[in-house]
Amino acid sequence: MKNLNEKYIKEIYQLIKSLLTFCKCELTIIKGEISLNCSVKDLTKVLLFLKDNPSLGLECLIDIAAVDFPERSLRFMVVYSLLSVSKNFRLKVKVNVSEDASLPSVNEIYSCAGWCEREIWDLFGIRFKDHPDLRRLLTDYDFQGHPLRKDFPLTGFTQVKYDNELSRIVTEPVKLDQAYRNFDNLSPWEGMGKYLPGDEKSDHKND
Amino acid sequence: MTKRENYSLNFGPQHPAAHGVLRLVLELDGEVVERADPHIGLLHRGTEKLIENKTYIQALPYFDRLDYVSPMCQEHAYALAIEKLLDIDVPLRGQFIRVIFSEITRILNHILNLTTFALDVGAMTPFLWLFEEREVMMEFYERVSGSRLHSAYFRPGGVHRDLPDGLVEDIERFCDRFPKKIDDLEKLLETNRIFRQRSVDIGKINKEEALNRGFSGPCLRASGVEWDLRRNQPYDNYSELDFKIPVGTNGDCFERFLVRIEEMRQSIIIIKQCIKKLPNGPSISNDPRIVPPKRNQMKSSMESLINHFKLFTEGFHVPRGETYTCVEAPKGEFGVYLISDGTNKPYRCKIRAPGFAFLQATEFLSKGHMLSDLVAIIGSLDIVFGEIDR
Repeated sequence: MKNLNEKYIKEIYQLIKSLLTFCKCELTIIKGEISLNCSVKDLTKVLLFLKDNPSLGLECLIDIAAVDFPERSLRFMVVYSLLSVSKNFRLKVKVNVSEDASLPSVNEIYSCAGWCEREIWDLFGIRFKDHPDLRRLLTDYDFQGHPLRKDFPLTGFTQVKYDNELSRIVTEPVKLDQAYRNFDNLSPWEGMGKYLPGDEKSDHKND
Repeated sequence: MTKRENYSLNFGPQHPAAHGVLRLVLELDGEVVERADPHIGLLHRGTEKLIENKTYIQALPYFDRLDYVSPMCQEHAYALAIEKLLDIDVPLRGQFIRVIFSEITRILNHILNLTTFALDVGAMTPFLWLFEEREVMMEFYERVSGSRLHSAYFRPGGVHRDLPDGLVEDIERFCDRFPKKIDDLEKLLETNRIFRQRSVDIGKINKEEALNRGFSGPCLRASGVEWDLRRNQPYDNYSELDFKIPVGTNGDCFERFLVRIEEMRQSIIIIKQCIKKLPNGPSISNDPRIVPPKRNQMKSSMESLINHFKLFTEGFHVPRGETYTCVEAPKGEFGVYLISDGTNKPYRCKIRAPGFAFLQATEFLSKGHMLSDLVAIIGSLDIVFGEIDR
């Protein structure tokens, strides 16, 4: 079963490779999953082609995921997971985009992309050109910032509570009785460093 | 002639027919829905952000809390994703136990959905009849994992513990008894005039449109697409099992209801097959890098104690890589897109919830229908906010 599957994936891989000749893109198979890297300007062309080509038939957009790599110059990677129900295979289309650039909206091609793109705008701050309704989706009505970026702290910046005196909901800077403790368990056997973590009274300032 | 104006209505977030915390901003022309704008995020807990800050094993219980009526199926997707990245195998008994409990979960979910859907359109009895059975199945959950809802039972490499004594026999007895209850439910509703008037030809969606809108699971099958991940892209031991996939033609609320009824029957058949074939042996892989040692080993072996300590502080490291792994959850395709950077915490974990696509299509489905039909549509789509808001 598994071998048969691998053979089929290889066939599909060759097929896509032979069909996608009109633009520069890179095809890879990792762990039996095909992914395709393409540039932002080719994105709509590629997706439209993949959807409409009858020998591929990728008619279903499963999900759009964004990933933040702060150290890269093109900071975000956006992954479109496609599914072909008729041919029974999956394909990931990946594009890399910088913080100030924007992506073309694919809402016209796949109707379910609308909310996925809203979610990405909300959580990562990636803009989508020509999106009909790019509002925040998951966070609160006047939330600031994009929480799934790696530089956004886990505890956030603000907290919301009901104020009895004002009889309304107020937003205030986050105040924790105990700070969030992120234990570094990655290398406990290497011994202690020079400074004790959390030892604020020591002369050494944390560097 | 008097000028008519559209009427704006705020539906929810605290409304029993909203199935949780759905806020819908509706624009009505008389009683006909012109526009429906779902406002979601009232249950947003930042699960994906939290998972990035936990070790792989600590992140597992968050999956119970996504779709809280089908917890084990979501753990399944996450466990499969980690297994794929680590390249480890699950022993056969572990696979069988997982499948048995995935199917129990499916019945749990469908009972909740079908009966509350019936409740939304005016039938109280199914709810009272079937929730009793749901409680029995929750007991199976409790016996196997220690809790009724948030089980954290499926682990990378297998399941947390083997089945306790006598559970298999009880599940088997339940499987003999339960189809009668499904028949009762079907008899009560299928030919019921009121139920039919409220659901036939309401919220219709055709094949092409359903695929284009990212539908999956029973909602897609009701539109006539024979697509089930258990059959088409099998995981664990589903490829060895014999079951049928119910498919509709019309894609309306009534057929979504019928598909789910038949799926419950098929789940019973799958559970029975698994019980008959259930092999002996370990229920979790014996790879000490991932699986903690047994408690009695820890009492006598220092190495086991250290191993246990390391696994629950540092956790295991997952090699660099990425995978999109999905399972056929009761609601549809539940997927986990997991990216690992080689450390003990996931770099990114994107959760694909089936309900997200369904809710997005509410406007399309409800346009031109009456306000009361909107309630039936939401009920038939099987929406749970834990997974949509994440």
